[in-house]
Amino acid sequence: MKQINLMIAGFGGQGILFVGKILAYAGLLEGKQVSWLPSYGPEMRGGTANCSVCLSNELICSPLVTKPDILIAMNQPSYDKFVDKVVMDGVVIIDSSLITIQNQIADKQLISIPATQLASEQKLSKLANIILLGGLLKKTKILSLDSIQKALQTYTSKPELLQSNLKALSIGDTTV
Amino acid sequence: MNTKLLMKGNEALAEAAIRCGCKSYFGYPITPQTEIAAYMAKRMPKAGGVYLQAESEISAINMVYGAAAAGIRSMTSSSSPGISLKTEGISYLIGADLPCVIVNVMRGGPGLGGIQPSQSDYWQATRAPGHGDGHLLVLAPAGIQEMVDLTYLAFDLADEYRMPVMILADGILGQMMEPVEFPQQEPKYVPKPWATNGHQKNREHNIVNSLCLNPAELEQSIQKRFLRYQQIAQTQVRYQAYDTEDAKIVVVAYGATARIALAAVRQARKQGIEAGLIRPITLWPFPKEVLLQLAKQVESFLCVEMSMGQMLEDVQLAVNGRCPIYFFGHTGGVVPTPDEIVREILQISGGKNDDL
Repeated sequence: MKQINLMIAGFGGQGILFVGKILAYAGLLEGKQVSWLPSYGPEMRGGTANCSVCLSNELICSPLVTKPDILIAMNQPSYDKFVDKVVMDGVVIIDSSLITIQNQIADKQLISIPATQLASEQKLSKLANIILLGGLLKKTKILSLDSIQKALQTYTSKPELLQSNLKALSIGDTTV
Repeated sequence: MNTKLLMKGNEALAEAAIRCGCKSYFGYPITPQTEIAAYMAKRMPKAGGVYLQAESEISAINMVYGAAAAGIRSMTSSSSPGISLKTEGISYLIGADLPCVIVNVMRGGPGLGGIQPSQSDYWQATRAPGHGDGHLLVLAPAGIQEMVDLTYLAFDLADEYRMPVMILADGILGQMMEPVEFPQQEPKYVPKPWATNGHQKNREHNIVNSLCLNPAELEQSIQKRFLRYQQIAQTQVRYQAYDTEDAKIVVVAYGATARIALAAVRQARKQGIEAGLIRPITLWPFPKEVLLQLAKQVESFLCVEMSMGQMLEDVQLAVNGRCPIYFFGHTGGVVPTPDEIVREILQISGGKNDDL
């Protein structure tokens, strides 16, 4: 597996860093080299929070993702800021409840999921991030569903919370 | 069974300190190292040690002085502006020959600066950690595993040489997560017959002090300390070399910047440039010898830092005019990208030697 560089971006509070952590931990469970680098500081309160995740079978040199293979965008400013940085044939996965695309992106694969709307319909508030993660896994198969489920198990404190997370994951999986 | 844990650099460092026998931590919160204090607050009391949030950085470093004088493994941590506040205490620790570990998770300066990663305290760490003739042993981790391994080393070296050791990290290393393993390694405790601990009148009182009003005696104590520094310079230099065997251009970078530089070096190799990297792990003592040797083989060096060029001077001293040394850096919290460094490497390798 060549190194996969992911950028996850959105508002603070959308669980941006959490999705990154789940991806990184699932990667660790699969015996890969992983790195997780958050943006930190005032931008976490309402501005664009983002996080770089690298997955690789070899030593990860730079943990800072400047040209993502995969972008998960959860708000308009993040999409606008990062979409052009995604590599050619890279994957752009967006929450289409919150993002409007002005110009079509021809050289990248776009996955649109109305994640916030789906989350609210299914009473899975704040789990739009996990719905997008489900969609991403289905489309790219960068990590196994099993590892992601185990990672969610590790990082959710209550059984009810785990159940909602797993449900969100499967919604993402079936929507794509 | 996978024994690797996914941890933030700050937390991994704190856990490592506890595991290698640190029994007292004194700190004060500041971004981007606050997780060290938060982790210590949670874990240290359970590990049978003392966690104390001091009323200021100055207070914290002087508490370290007290605990270290009593022979306890002790640590404090801060980020750039907070380290400046500690420098008086650091000088006293040097003057009193006390072992301890001081962590600086660097952010942009000067002044309050910013909170994003930086390496602009290199001079402070290696040249003037406080007033007076003296040094800190300075270790520069480049990943989360090294945040752990070098913490173990820092405590052992501090005790062995009876001096403060600084771990010089940056905001990236403090905040990022990577898999880590904690070594099953016993701390190298050494006897501390000089410690001012309880002895039930079985010996003379020990005095730990940095004041000495007799110039001849003071000079002698400093010269004695410098003999120890000499020994450290001969035995404790650490660095990592990547692809330097046939290199025509060698990048010199430490800490998180070295990771980014390594990405650039590998990319340059793919474009047919014989590039290599030297990553100093000890910043004091600085790995001069390897650079001097490489100076006979390479066409040029490129020093990359998150500063305006501070380690650059150590590279210049080591290379001593034998070949051109270029510099590339960002400062104030801006992180260089691999592409930018590749561009520099290509430009230098293209023979433009006059734009130094």
